[in-house]
Amino acid sequence: MTGRAKLVGQIAAVGIVAALLALLGWKVLKGNEDSAGVGEPAPSFALDRLTGDGELSLASYQGKPVVINFFASWCLPCKDEAPILEQTWQRYRDQGLVVLGVDAQDFRADGRRFVERHGLTYPVAFDGKGSTLGRFGLTGFPETYFVARDGTIAAEKVVGGIDAGENREKFDAGVEAALARQ
Amino acid sequence: MRLVAVAAAVLALAGVGTAAAAPNPADLEAELVCPTCKTTLDQSDAPVARRMKAFIRERIAEGASEDEIKAELVDQFGREVLAEPPKQGFDLLAWLLPIAGVAVAAVAVGALAWRWSRGRTPAVEEPLDPDLERRLDDELARFEP
Repeated sequence: MTGRAKLVGQIAAVGIVAALLALLGWKVLKGNEDSAGVGEPAPSFALDRLTGDGELSLASYQGKPVVINFFASWCLPCKDEAPILEQTWQRYRDQGLVVLGVDAQDFRADGRRFVERHGLTYPVAFDGKGSTLGRFGLTGFPETYFVARDGTIAAEKVVGGIDAGENREKFDAGVEAALARQ
Repeated sequence: MRLVAVAAAVLALAGVGTAAAAPNPADLEAELVCPTCKTTLDQSDAPVARRMKAFIRERIAEGASEDEIKAELVDQFGREVLAEPPKQGFDLLAWLLPIAGVAVAAVAVGALAWRWSRGRTPAVEEPLDPDLERRLDDELARFEP
């Protein structure tokens, strides 16, 4: 092998390694950018309705404060917090607040039974594939996000059931923040 | 009449032989991934994995085939639930590319080895200096009994 060919081979090898490292770095940075922080625009999505036909999109609620609750029928804390979400929806809907459930990584039939069993009347979308979870930066179920009228995240998300410990205070503060911000 | 009965029995036995066996739940659990923990179902005890295992057993009891069960789970949870990409369409590339890579590497190594062996010039044995050879013989003769 000539010296020139050897040099070309070495440059190609170094280039491939550099490209792989760049790809890794880009993926790591992109993953961090995707999670929704306070004051940043909430990630948009359009998903099938869990019950009935048609889609539910976050954009369709533009101008309204939205509480987005990610849940799954197999998640125990989700069952405990469901009545509080329904109460919140009933209490604040006249003020324009929307509670939007997202049933994710679940069987559609199980999600429907969950909604019926808990008497949920607020809109619920179905995301069996979990396509929205990464963009919101979900770490588990349930998690609840607060979106202000301007489409930005209004408060820190609530991780875990909203009925548990300090989460109830965080949830109430989040609802107030979503309602208050124009 | 007897001939007809024998023929019917043979056909019935052939039918039994060709009928697809019920899928094995353990095999399916090894080929499907839990969407929350990203390990195969047989390695996972996550709530959704337990629910998926129950679904697999329910569908097997109802007579569903392996392909039908997989298709239903893909419909619910997406293609990410398949531990291995399907051997068709674009996913076939995931199977072919590693084989092609190994083949290309083998050809490259073979070509380099051939070129290396062809490029080598045989070592030329230079004749030893007569004085040095004589001295060497003398030295060796001293060790002989």
